[in-house]
Amino acid sequence: MNKLIIIFLASIFTNNIALTYLLGMCPFISLSRNLKTSLGMGISVIVVVTLTAIINWPVYYFVLIPLHSTILTYIVFIIVIAGTVQLLEMIIEKFFPVLQAVLGIFLPLITVNCIVLAVSLFVILRNYSFLETVFFSFGSAVGWVVAITVVAAIKEKLALTGDIPKKMKGAGITMVIAGIISLSFLGFVGMLAV
Amino acid sequence: MNLKKLKYTKGFRTMVNGFWKDNPVFSMVLGICSSLAVSNKVENALAMGAGVTFVLIFSGIFISFLRSVIPNRVRIIVYMIVIAVFVIIVEDVLEAQFPKIAEALGPYVALIITNCIIMGRAEAFAVKNNILHTVIDGFACGLGYSYSLIIIACVREVLAFGTLLNIHVAPPGWHNWVVMAMAPGAFFLFSVYIWITRTLAKVESDKE
Repeated sequence: MNKLIIIFLASIFTNNIALTYLLGMCPFISLSRNLKTSLGMGISVIVVVTLTAIINWPVYYFVLIPLHSTILTYIVFIIVIAGTVQLLEMIIEKFFPVLQAVLGIFLPLITVNCIVLAVSLFVILRNYSFLETVFFSFGSAVGWVVAITVVAAIKEKLALTGDIPKKMKGAGITMVIAGIISLSFLGFVGMLAV
Repeated sequence: MNLKKLKYTKGFRTMVNGFWKDNPVFSMVLGICSSLAVSNKVENALAMGAGVTFVLIFSGIFISFLRSVIPNRVRIIVYMIVIAVFVIIVEDVLEAQFPKIAEALGPYVALIITNCIIMGRAEAFAVKNNILHTVIDGFACGLGYSYSLIIIACVREVLAFGTLLNIHVAPPGWHNWVVMAMAPGAFFLFSVYIWITRTLAKVESDKE
């Protein structure tokens, strides 16, 4: 139990997937415009990342390894991810029209988001057990959301003062903010080890 | 064909766009995850650039070839499977020929699959154009991505390790800037790079 909590906290703070492993940067830069969009994206990311990691773990250990076809890992994983996203889209459309308004536009984007595939791959590379997988994937997704919300909040404030060099606007300034935040997250290093 | 006419052909314009005006890294800001993570050493940047260029060209050829057959509704998943096949080839070659680099790149090679440059070019270019132009476009975008990575990697490797392509270049008494090898250094250098190149290439800034 202790180890699970450590994995969970480490994946949020010391090994934050956005600020340490630099993953999921494309939506990070384009969607951190305001707090509301980044929260909408964040919720979808948490659901999809956790769900796909939970599905990919048994697929890898109970299907791919017994069949000696680990060379197909990537292909199988992305099919699972794309399938899950498609299914989730249909379920939300049918049963939760309220959620559809919030998450509808973000779900298709997630298929090509690298953190989904990255989390599933990290789980395999680090030989996590099933429970560890659940905690790690949930924690990583939460860590990503923490990072994007902080950046979005700072950007919202910054837009008000707005004294940014013209060519630095958009992607440039987002990276400076992300850099400062990741510098401060370095302060967590050494507190927990995965 | 003489040189003056060449300037107006579609192939030439495609080349210039991918290489400079619509550069995937600083203009379109695509494929940033891998470029940030892998640009800590020049050799890693070279390997990654070569890998991405290879996958861009060959997945482009396939998708352009099959563009009339792929049903619209499932096109994204078809692209991803095509891309994944070529990424597996890249990874196996890297592991067999350059085990040290393969280890340093780790899961980032597999993450070429979700590199938005490849997906973006497949969706924006390969499905609408013939094979020849797709190859030119893939090559130009791949080169545009590679040189951006290599420029940043040169600065980061010198500052962080005092070496260039593993050859010692730092003056005596040099202290390594360890932070340059880590995430914050990547972010800061990248933002400066975007600032400079966008000013030079006169790219319109994103709307805020």
